[in-house]
Amino acid sequence: MADRKPKVIGFVCERHGMEAAVLSARSGKQHDASVRLVEVPCTGRVDGIHLLKAFEDGADAVFVFGCLEKNCYYDTGSIEGRKRVGYVKQMLEEAGIEKERLEMFNAASSNAWMFPKAVEKMVEVAKKLGPIEKGGDGQ
Amino acid sequence: MIVAKRKPLAEIVEMVRPYKKVTVVGCRSCVAICLAGGEKEVKMLVSALRLRAKKDGRKQEFEGFVVERQCEKEWVKEVEEKLLDSDLTLSMACSLGAQTIGDMYPSHLTFPGLNTGMFGVPEEQGVWSEKCVGCGNCIIHTTGGICPIARCAKSMLNGPCGGSANRKCEVNLEVDCAWAAIYDRLKLQNRLDLIEPITPAKDWSTSHAGGRRTYVREDAKLTPHQKKGKEALK
Repeated sequence: MADRKPKVIGFVCERHGMEAAVLSARSGKQHDASVRLVEVPCTGRVDGIHLLKAFEDGADAVFVFGCLEKNCYYDTGSIEGRKRVGYVKQMLEEAGIEKERLEMFNAASSNAWMFPKAVEKMVEVAKKLGPIEKGGDGQ
Repeated sequence: MIVAKRKPLAEIVEMVRPYKKVTVVGCRSCVAICLAGGEKEVKMLVSALRLRAKKDGRKQEFEGFVVERQCEKEWVKEVEEKLLDSDLTLSMACSLGAQTIGDMYPSHLTFPGLNTGMFGVPEEQGVWSEKCVGCGNCIIHTTGGICPIARCAKSMLNGPCGGSANRKCEVNLEVDCAWAAIYDRLKLQNRLDLIEPITPAKDWSTSHAGGRRTYVREDAKLTPHQKKGKEALK
């Protein structure tokens, strides 16, 4: 348990979100390698069940990374994404699970600094809260 | 349609806590349309319950699926095996669905996952409002197509009352006065004369006041001979 790596899943939109992540990598910024990214066409495509399933399959923390709300490639996709994240956060809280485990971030493709910041925050949350499973290792 | 709302998750968690194997059954009819108990909601609830059991270190199994219409025995019968294979069925249909399963399998536990609220209509995406209380004696042809029983906070038959101001209800200033709306509608239809006669007190015997209601359509009922034939086909 002591050297257990945190499990963080990020749903990243293929437009501004992924472009910001790629720009971040090209600028030489590094992020925790234990973070796994799932590229989605738009954060509006991310459904509540995808987020819950990620937790169910062992994620300690999950984040959604998409375009800025007023600059979304698909106009309202990141607004939909934010609403779903909000709904699932509420469900987690009602179920007695820390809602901080799930977050939404928005960035423009030029905001290279935003991606490592989001990853860092979620890795910190994952380390602090550990696996959801009581006494388990998140498997 | 029947509009329902998921019970708070904490309440559901407590309800299902003692049972090892729980089946969550949704319905593809009204509760799917009002986003309370359709396929997606069932999947999300199952996932959240699994997470909570995991967090508590409890060994619990959850399975979820939906039936076409949970208030009809024929559809429930199709999933009988799966239902009875569990310790508890959590119904994500309206109370009618939960009671149908309960009546069909009385020794099997069936708990409600939703709070059944009202007969309502979708006003806009994500918003439903009550428009009928099922009183059993519809009068909306005299009120411009607007039900004062459901839409007036006092269910007044002769309105508006003194609490109506600026087309809003005194009970809640966010709510439109049903009688102001009735007046507008009758005026639009050039039938304002209908608002003047005094409507006598309502006969509530057609509503729930007369006890549980059963409607029968004799020509649709099966004769004993037809029932026998249908049974033979099974």
